[in-house]
Amino acid sequence: MLSGEGRFLIRLEHVVKKYKSVIAVNDLNLHIERGTVFGLLGPNGAGKTTTVRLLTTLARPSSGQIIINGYNMNRDLVEIKRQIGVVPQHLNVDIELTVRENLDLHCRLHRIKHAERARRIQEMLRFVGLADRADDLAGVLSGGMKRRLMIARALIHRPSILFLDEPTVGLDPHSRRSIWDLIKNMNAMGMTVLLTTHYIEEAEALCHCVGLINQGRLIALGSPRELLQKVGETVVEYLEDGTTRNKFFSRREDAVSFAAGLRGSVLIRKGNLEDVFVELTSRRP
Amino acid sequence: MDWYTVFWREMVVLKKRLFKFFAGSMVSPLLYMIAFGWGLGRGLQVNGTDYLAFVVPGIIALSAMNGSYNATGVPVNISRFYHKTWEEYLIAPITPFSLVLGKTMAGCVRGSFSSLLMLALAYVMGTRLVLNLWFFVALFLTSFLFASLGLVAALVITSHEDMNQFGTFVILPMTFLCGTFFSVDKLPEWAGWLIRALPLTHASQSLRSIALGHGFPLASLLVLMLYSAALFGWGVHIARRVE
Repeated sequence: MLSGEGRFLIRLEHVVKKYKSVIAVNDLNLHIERGTVFGLLGPNGAGKTTTVRLLTTLARPSSGQIIINGYNMNRDLVEIKRQIGVVPQHLNVDIELTVRENLDLHCRLHRIKHAERARRIQEMLRFVGLADRADDLAGVLSGGMKRRLMIARALIHRPSILFLDEPTVGLDPHSRRSIWDLIKNMNAMGMTVLLTTHYIEEAEALCHCVGLINQGRLIALGSPRELLQKVGETVVEYLEDGTTRNKFFSRREDAVSFAAGLRGSVLIRKGNLEDVFVELTSRRP
Repeated sequence: MDWYTVFWREMVVLKKRLFKFFAGSMVSPLLYMIAFGWGLGRGLQVNGTDYLAFVVPGIIALSAMNGSYNATGVPVNISRFYHKTWEEYLIAPITPFSLVLGKTMAGCVRGSFSSLLMLALAYVMGTRLVLNLWFFVALFLTSFLFASLGLVAALVITSHEDMNQFGTFVILPMTFLCGTFFSVDKLPEWAGWLIRALPLTHASQSLRSIALGHGFPLASLLVLMLYSAALFGWGVHIARRVE
């Protein structure tokens, strides 16, 4: 298949990643549609970051295939690097360079011509709201600004897909909302986005499709609503032996009837993605 | 020309810290020169040469070693383990060869600059040396070799602390054993062979031989070239192994 064709921008086929005896990613099959925001969720150590490292060429699969925009990672590594924009979890702006120089370096690494560079840098500075800080050293920016600079850096070469690994971790609510707006705007312009997050409300607010990963395996895939329907949209929350339990029901009437038989504090409510996450990731594999 | 992008970044940073860089790179060689050249070595002769003239090419080699080793080793180590900016290069569409060449050339420039500064200082102190093209070739090779070594060290270590250990066990012994301050010929035969296996010995011997007009040090220059090629190749190999 040629690049730029097909419904799926990313295809992972039976991807396994082993580190000595530890299997971090176990037979992962995942197809991500163009133009969507895809959320990869999972508890700590589930394999999210390893999956992102595999997709961003920072790790090589032990077996299986990764295809991005028609390019196979086993053969077209440099071309795949041109197709992807990456915002890692840690703040890794170059603190010895100014904001503008950070973007300039990235443009040069992607061989963007001199005349085009200045125009794109200005465009991205405006997009992420850092035009007035262009000549400040990146090291003096706040965490939120650094994150926005990283987004600008990841977008400036116009990739097919943007990877965001925990994009709002450690940010205050205002900065978080501004990053969310940036992601929504990028997606509105047609950008495919893959993000990992611990914040369930973030996935609910941004993602068209969510993949739940646990112990290196994909355990659920679908829109937040589909996942909720899968476990049951109504939740009965009650206390049993000092522990809060949740029971899921597809129909509210069934939930009410179940709750009637319980003693003590009982709450009947609509489920959310967090319930799905807790329910599916706490089940034994 | 991807290597030039990597090199460009280093030069932008160097320009910003030019004064600190020059001041910092002068301290150790200047102290060595005062202590060993003026202090300990006043009135001494080595193989019929005034000790100051003998020791200056060695200190220039030493300065090139420290300058270029530290110019790649320290920043790459910090960018891998602390700032995590190394990843920016790993996900960029450039080859490991370009990445390593850019970093090594930048280290080479820093090492050569600090040596040239030392040379100027020696000139002010009254030392007159033969400076021809081969002197600068030997200086470039020395800087390239140790910039490559610094990069290799920064890429093979698995923690920040290991970098100091590498310096203690590799760089420090070379500082005092490789004929910077004394003639290797004076050592017992077995020790001489051991010391001649180390690259700084050949850097000092090359620069000294050219600077004192003692002839063309072909063997030592070849050793420097071999070391440079091997270390550079090793650096490219490790940079390819991204995980």
